[in-house]
Amino acid sequence: MTAATPLAGYLLVAAMLFAIGLAGALVRRNAIMVLIGIELMLNSANLNLIAFWRFGPHPEALTGMMFAIFSIAVAAAEAAVGLGLVIAIYRHTGAAELDKIDRMKG
Amino acid sequence: MSPIFYLLAALTLAGGLATVLLKHLVHAALAVTVAFAGLALLFLELDAQFAGFAQILVYIGAVAILIVFAILLTHGSELPREGVFSKTWFLGLVIAAGVFSVLGWAVLQSVSAVPQQNTVPTVTVNDIGIALVGRYVLPLEIVALLLTAATIGAVIVAMHEKERPK
Amino acid sequence: MIQESAAFTPQFAPSAITGILWLIPAAPIVASGAIALLKQPRRKFAATLAIGSLGVSLFLSLAAFAHVLSAWTHGAVTRETVNFTWLQFGNTTVDLGWVLDPLAAVMLVMVSLVGLLIFIYSVGYMAHDENFTRFFCFMSLFAGAMLGVVISNNLLLLFMCWEIVGLTSYLLIGFWYQKPSAAAAAKKAFVTTRVGDIFFLLGIVWLFSNTGTLLFYNHGVGSLEPLALTVLLTQHAGLGLSAAGAIGLLIFAGAAGKSGQLPLHVWLPDAMEGPTPVSALIHAATMVAAGVFLVARVYPLMAAGSLIGGTTAALTVVTWVGAATAVFAALIAVAQNDIKRILAYSTVSQLGYMMAGLGVGGVAVGMFHLITHAFFKALLFLGAGSVIHGCHEEQDVRRMGGLKADMPLTFITYAIGMLALCGFPLFFSGFWSKDGILEAAQHWSVAKGPFYLLVFGALLTAFYMTRQVCYVFFGMWRGHEFAHESPKVMTLPLVILALFAMALGLIGTPAWPWFRAFLDGQSAPFSWHGFAEPGLAVLMVVSSLIVFLGLGLGWWLYGDKSPSPEEPDALEQRAPWLWAGLRDRLYVDELYGVTVIAFYAWWARVADWFDRCVWGGIVAAVAWIFAAWARLNRFLDVNWVDGGFDKTCEELSNGGGLLATVQSGRVQSYLRILAVAVVALALILLWSSRP
Repeated sequence: MTAATPLAGYLLVAAMLFAIGLAGALVRRNAIMVLIGIELMLNSANLNLIAFWRFGPHPEALTGMMFAIFSIAVAAAEAAVGLGLVIAIYRHTGAAELDKIDRMKG
Repeated sequence: MSPIFYLLAALTLAGGLATVLLKHLVHAALAVTVAFAGLALLFLELDAQFAGFAQILVYIGAVAILIVFAILLTHGSELPREGVFSKTWFLGLVIAAGVFSVLGWAVLQSVSAVPQQNTVPTVTVNDIGIALVGRYVLPLEIVALLLTAATIGAVIVAMHEKERPK
Repeated sequence: MIQESAAFTPQFAPSAITGILWLIPAAPIVASGAIALLKQPRRKFAATLAIGSLGVSLFLSLAAFAHVLSAWTHGAVTRETVNFTWLQFGNTTVDLGWVLDPLAAVMLVMVSLVGLLIFIYSVGYMAHDENFTRFFCFMSLFAGAMLGVVISNNLLLLFMCWEIVGLTSYLLIGFWYQKPSAAAAAKKAFVTTRVGDIFFLLGIVWLFSNTGTLLFYNHGVGSLEPLALTVLLTQHAGLGLSAAGAIGLLIFAGAAGKSGQLPLHVWLPDAMEGPTPVSALIHAATMVAAGVFLVARVYPLMAAGSLIGGTTAALTVVTWVGAATAVFAALIAVAQNDIKRILAYSTVSQLGYMMAGLGVGGVAVGMFHLITHAFFKALLFLGAGSVIHGCHEEQDVRRMGGLKADMPLTFITYAIGMLALCGFPLFFSGFWSKDGILEAAQHWSVAKGPFYLLVFGALLTAFYMTRQVCYVFFGMWRGHEFAHESPKVMTLPLVILALFAMALGLIGTPAWPWFRAFLDGQSAPFSWHGFAEPGLAVLMVVSSLIVFLGLGLGWWLYGDKSPSPEEPDALEQRAPWLWAGLRDRLYVDELYGVTVIAFYAWWARVADWFDRCVWGGIVAAVAWIFAAWARLNRFLDVNWVDGGFDKTCEELSNGGGLLATVQSGRVQSYLRILAVAVVALALILLWSSRP
């Protein structure tokens, strides 16, 4: 690969993906869509990490890679728990729309 | 910027957009899988092979399936009456745009300051394995614990409802 | 003139008897206190206590009298004092003390003896009364206070005992307080004597401020001793009087109130509302005599100076007031129908005699009449009490009659008393004492007016007493039930008093002027030549004729007749206008009613208006201001403070409510806020890290 894609490009892509994920989390009504948006955001962060690992000094230290791998693992666990909660809420209230769930209203 | 990069970026972003915009949840789940795939390819492009395959295995192989299961269990296939977008979608959009603009501006501002290392790193799985049980053994163990707890928790949270008499 | 005898040496050192002289008034006062703590049914004990204590006083008085007498027979004049300091402010002290001298000694014996006899009499008279013990409590207190007046060596102590005497008089006049007339009479007595006492107090204060001491005799520095008297004589008090004369007149004003002299006599006849023993003891023998005794006691003060040809202005006033009273009261007594009221006016008249006697003749003349009068007036009152008791509480003489057969012992003793009062010659003490006064008045250098007044008074005395005796004892019985003689416990004192009424004359005859000598500190040889004084025999004959004239006039008008109560009196038939005036007491009470009492009522109304409207108005205004202030405070408190506080809380609550809407419970809005915060934070960081 002789691509001289600068780091900034990857970063911009990651930023865009992050914004898309955030928009999805903020705009969609369904709880699962919010979780999907969160997953997108996490993924964009992973991309950032890997990009910086690749272009940063000492890639042999594997810091970025490790970080990204752990992030993936944690994101998976969090997705599992979150979706389990959504299922539980759906069973409890009969709705998965977030604007219907305001029991924590202060 | 190489053309492969553009392609892959376009794929990923298209997948992301499709996720957010599609009304049908299952379609959205599939679109997000495409986005995951795009990202994995991007990782491969960045010479992070292990990360890329891990991404495919975990995200596409587990998280996406999980999302589909959740959609199925919450009857997400039925379209809600009031529409899929919230009433204040514009505000959310504005905020997201604001976030993007700040991040983008930060990136563009610091172009000169970021490092540009061009040599391809030679990273083998062996190295990663040694690093995992060497330098990063503590995070490894903690993540293992976390995964265990999360699994048990998810099971309990999702299971309890069944036992309760409705 | 200050009397001192050259042949007698005064002795000032107190003897043993003088040391315990204070027991004489103390015993009855202690008995009174003890009786006050007893319950009503313990009559025998109360009476025993009262009579016993007065018996002790009598015994000690006799011992004191014996001491003074023995000193006198040995040619010494006793004037023993015991003084002690009571109060002390800086350098001034107020001393109190008692004195034993001939004047005090005779008064002590007279008061305790007459008092004891009346106490014994009261046991019978008050036997049916349910307030027996209260009676003896008050009587004992009176006896103690009266004895205190007698032995007091200090004008202030005398005044204190004087006031207690006045108090007990009030308590005893109003003894049957359920009767409105008795309560009113008690009040009248107290208020009238109070008028006199104010002047008395002024005199005391003046004396103290001028001489620095209120003791009478104090080893030369007492207020009645020459040193103080010369000081007082040099000070002038206006109206041509020296300070001594003015103080003497002020003190006489107090005596006039207590002894019922002319303007202040109105209380004494009303005082007959009290039980008869009270009238006998207090308003005949002792309390009214206290005024006379007071003048006798401060005689050196009144006689100091001797300006107007042998007498002082003060003594002149005393004489004229006394003479006028004597005639005035005698006139009124002629037309009274209540047996006790006749005797009351007679007492007022005789007190006038005593005062006149003091004025013209000195201490011995006045005191002799006081002593004799005490006995026969007490006798007459107790006799009247016996008559009232025997006639079943009847007091109107027109409803009595013929009692000389039904109550012989009472009749005989009463007749003795009556003759003594009239001054029947030779065998009765009243003759000698009254003649002493008449003789001194005849020789008075200032004017002969008092002499003629006193002679006229003697005529009237004989007349009205005859009238009374005829009404009561002669004629036919006009009452309802039959009369009976009184029990021995009542008649025995009558007999004893009658004996004294006759025998006392012997100590005052010109042949043997023992009494005068005893008091003046001179020797008293017995000599028939005393009768040979020029003019004395003529006077004795003239006064006897006057007495016979009065008796005859009375017998002629009233004799053995028994007019029924509805018929007008014999004198009334002949001079109805005179009778009406005399019967209505010469309108003195009515005069007081329109002047003094009317003024007082008006003043009371003014003061009441002032109090209610002005002071009350001020108080109400202040209260209103405070109430308005309180209402204002409450308004502020409720509306501003509380209201403000409440409003603040409400606003806070609303604000909280407003803020709480942020906590919508919707996850997405939280997320939005998070995103905005992150953006803001990023901006800040980026902005601050710009180069």
